[in-house]
Amino acid sequence: MGMTEWIVAGLLLLGAGLMLVAALGLVRMPDLLCRMHATTKAGALGGGLMVAAVAVYFDDPGVVTRAVAIVIFIILTAPVAAHIVGRAAYFVGVELWSNTILDELKGRYDDETHTLRSSDSRDQD
Amino acid sequence: MSLMWSTEGAGLLEWVIIAAFALMCLSLGLATLRLLLGPTLADRVVALELMASITVGIIAVYTISSGVSDFLDVAVVLALTAFLAAVGFARYLEKRGHGDD
Repeated sequence: MGMTEWIVAGLLLLGAGLMLVAALGLVRMPDLLCRMHATTKAGALGGGLMVAAVAVYFDDPGVVTRAVAIVIFIILTAPVAAHIVGRAAYFVGVELWSNTILDELKGRYDDETHTLRSSDSRDQD
Repeated sequence: MSLMWSTEGAGLLEWVIIAAFALMCLSLGLATLRLLLGPTLADRVVALELMASITVGIIAVYTISSGVSDFLDVAVVLALTAFLAAVGFARYLEKRGHGDD
């Protein structure tokens, strides 16, 4: 009771709210990269906050250690997973939103070797 | 200590747990919608990824509501496998190349 309960309640609601924001973004955003923008950031932060709520609630060294491990793991893997999936999707040629203004990767990826050039291949001879 | 489903004389935390479960259910439903709608395989992979982190959140809420801290181990394993699944899906996506979904 008391202060701990308020902190746990706040972390849980904030985390669940961020998860809902992530899910809403996943449904409402116009293309894959926009959807990933919503899910990876809001999703990772939401999950981390909810696990942090568990750590505060139990206040036990074993639980706190596991909770910290989960949070660190989420923070480490969320950007990596997003990068890998986004890169694969870009190679496959997933369509970008029709209002996309700038695609800086256009023409710089070698379709054969999957390497990235520093300049647009169409500018060179 | 168990906080399971008696709302009679329920305190702040009991209500917050119910609200959190409701929000997570709604999020899971929306993610399922994107999983079914697609339109590309990559969208479905992203939807599955989000469903995994929502499930980690649900396990966190359930750990608090049941008062059994051992459930947190399930969240550790799920977070690990979700990352491996994302990497595997991405590799498959890239190897498969252009194609219809």
